[in-house]
Amino acid sequence: MVIRGGTVVDARGERVADVVISGGVVVDVAPGVDIPRRATVLDAAGCLVAPGLVDLHTHLRQPGAEEAETVETGARSAALGGYTAIVAMPNTDPPVDSAAVALEVLALGDKAPCRVAVAGAITMGRAGERMAPMGELAALGVKIFTDDGTGVQDGGLMRRALEYARGLGVTLAQHCEDAALACGGHMHEGEWSSRLGVPGIPSEAEELMVARDIALARMTGASLHLLHLSTARSAAMVAAAKAEGLAVSAEVTPHHLALTHAELAGYDPVFKVNPPLRTEADVAALRAACVDGTIDAVATDHAPHPPERKEDTLDLAPPGMLGLQTALPVVLAALGLDGDGGERRNGSIGNGSGGGDGGDSRSRLSPRAVLGLLSWQPARIAGLSRDQGGDQGGPVEPGAPANLCVVDPGCRWEVDPARLASRSRNTPWAGRMLTGRVRHTILRGEPVVVDAEALR
Amino acid sequence: MTGSAGGEPAGGEPAKERHRHLLSVSELGAEGIEEVLRVSDAFVEVGRRAIPKVPALRGRTIVTLFAEQSTRTRLSFETAAKRLSADVLSFSVDSSSVKKGESLRDTVETVAAMGVDAFVVRHASAGAPAAVARWVDASVVNAGDGWHEHPTQALLDCYTIREALAERAGHPVESVGVECFAGLRVAIVGDVRHSRVARSLILALGALGSVVTLVAPGSLLPPSLEGWRVADVSYDLDAVLPDVDVCYLLRLQTERGTGAFLPSVREYSASYGLTSRRAARLRDDALVMHPGPMNRGVEIADDVAELPRSVVLRQVSNGVAVRMAVLFMLLASPGAGAAPGLARSLGVDGA
Repeated sequence: MVIRGGTVVDARGERVADVVISGGVVVDVAPGVDIPRRATVLDAAGCLVAPGLVDLHTHLRQPGAEEAETVETGARSAALGGYTAIVAMPNTDPPVDSAAVALEVLALGDKAPCRVAVAGAITMGRAGERMAPMGELAALGVKIFTDDGTGVQDGGLMRRALEYARGLGVTLAQHCEDAALACGGHMHEGEWSSRLGVPGIPSEAEELMVARDIALARMTGASLHLLHLSTARSAAMVAAAKAEGLAVSAEVTPHHLALTHAELAGYDPVFKVNPPLRTEADVAALRAACVDGTIDAVATDHAPHPPERKEDTLDLAPPGMLGLQTALPVVLAALGLDGDGGERRNGSIGNGSGGGDGGDSRSRLSPRAVLGLLSWQPARIAGLSRDQGGDQGGPVEPGAPANLCVVDPGCRWEVDPARLASRSRNTPWAGRMLTGRVRHTILRGEPVVVDAEALR
Repeated sequence: MTGSAGGEPAGGEPAKERHRHLLSVSELGAEGIEEVLRVSDAFVEVGRRAIPKVPALRGRTIVTLFAEQSTRTRLSFETAAKRLSADVLSFSVDSSSVKKGESLRDTVETVAAMGVDAFVVRHASAGAPAAVARWVDASVVNAGDGWHEHPTQALLDCYTIREALAERAGHPVESVGVECFAGLRVAIVGDVRHSRVARSLILALGALGSVVTLVAPGSLLPPSLEGWRVADVSYDLDAVLPDVDVCYLLRLQTERGTGAFLPSVREYSASYGLTSRRAARLRDDALVMHPGPMNRGVEIADDVAELPRSVVLRQVSNGVAVRMAVLFMLLASPGAGAAPGLARSLGVDGA
């Protein structure tokens, strides 16, 4: 197979080149290669050819909530979004707190159009009381552990889990939310929650646990990953922890880089998400933290819910939104040099109101840097570097595994919830125009998406 | 009120008529509030007749959908609808059973399928009336949603203030416009944080140019007052009372767990209750208001509730006329809000 006429973008740089793939690996990267007879040719003219994207934070809902998503439909959404690997969150029913459940999800993932890695729970039943069998799960290849959906409330237990994890070479990932402070909240506590009469979740609910866990990472020396950070002060604490040399990494979601709590003005539950959409100042700070390297990865927190659960009052509808198929264009608009906007109801994504940085190239990222946030940087955190382009951080070069995506950065398209591959429809981008689309996705040397259509 | 009869779209097909709603006081503005008060004048007059009933909404069907405990508001709306000759269907939904089984959407769509012109919605969830307005093909009146708003309460409160100010000045109420609210000093005392009454009233008084002071312990104030037209916040009721024209007391909703925001009801009452000693600090012509039901001895002392300055019962009786006005303005034929149509609907022109 040959990917012809694109610009190869990876951690090393950018160059115009064809990419020849055989036997699941890249065999040649050079301009104007001879096309072998009977080779499949994928056109990439005007496109970026990059290592496949890697999502650290996907809710696949299987087992237990197959009406919302399955491994198959979630993985198909991922492939259409340019992902070649995703990390399935363990808050299924039953949760991934035993080898049996982990093996079930991994087996389902074997047939999926995207590699499915599994995160394990930190505590049994995600109940926050006693440790899950992390050693047994680590032996199956589980690299990330989290009680995502809730944070581990007991600081003593979190300390012990970090100490235990240190010997396993795995990373604990925290959903930072102090349950007592967040209690009963459905959106960011502030101007809009006060006006709408909706119980709020204060920023401090997140920040207290970020502060505590950074202290515990310092205390234990263990590797800590902070999930879906949403506030300016959380980002500042991560920057300080990194300056100190602690083994702390952090992610943000596309929606926290693009949307604010003003979206809730109409009480539409599609904008209810946890952590909640916050202020313009938080959006600006998170964008800046992506630009200056404080944030290591953008992760979707793809959280499908069936329509009947989202079509309820704001307080009763569950939090969460889809993300896999829209992440790349949303992040390109929020952070990219040419980000001009994807349509936003309250100001534009790319210029001015959110980031306050307009077209200033110092506060924007090259396509390569954006892809780093979505691909090789999260791959490193997930322990998937070898699979996703090699240990050196994703070079597309001979010998590298052929897990690639081909992105048309100029393609404008309208998001139609009914045409997304997810079983659910809860996208905040319904009816909005996005710029940038994944054209082809190649998994283990085989095309799984061609011209924005899933082949399987 | 949002929405209006939809115009013809450019492309040919007749637009589906968009229904008018009353979801938030913010939709009204000063002009809209004034219109409601003026139409209410006519219905106050109707209320004084031997047979206080007019054929204005004959043939219209109004559903009161109450998913939360309420006696006063529900009775007030039902009385208003019946005095307008509308058919009234009363529908109670136990919030908890909605949580367990049938969704709110299915419930209201089922009722709407029977042919309904308006839903009057009370719900424990903020935003529920807005959701109902999205789901059904009918007008929706917010009769109180969670901590969010209770627009008709604010309107009847404004009516009552205007009526009292007219009386004080010796003018007929009809002759007094909303300019009487400009500069009016109003203290709103108590649990603003959890009060839909306060949110609507602050929006109304803000639109009309009144000077609002919130008086409450910090734990009962909203987390943010950004964008609120509030002149001042005070923790000292005694200091505020001598300067106000209206002292509006909010109900302490201990049944909804407000207790956790206070050391004790007793301590609240000692600091923020309107005792007769405190009431003596009010100016002679200052009004005392309360949305009811009152916790006598908590936010208001028994003897204060009985003072002439207390207009609590007038709030209740005006409530019927104001709700008649709102239902009439939402449901009567287009243009009926104008004087001739209104007069006809009230049976003044020989009906």
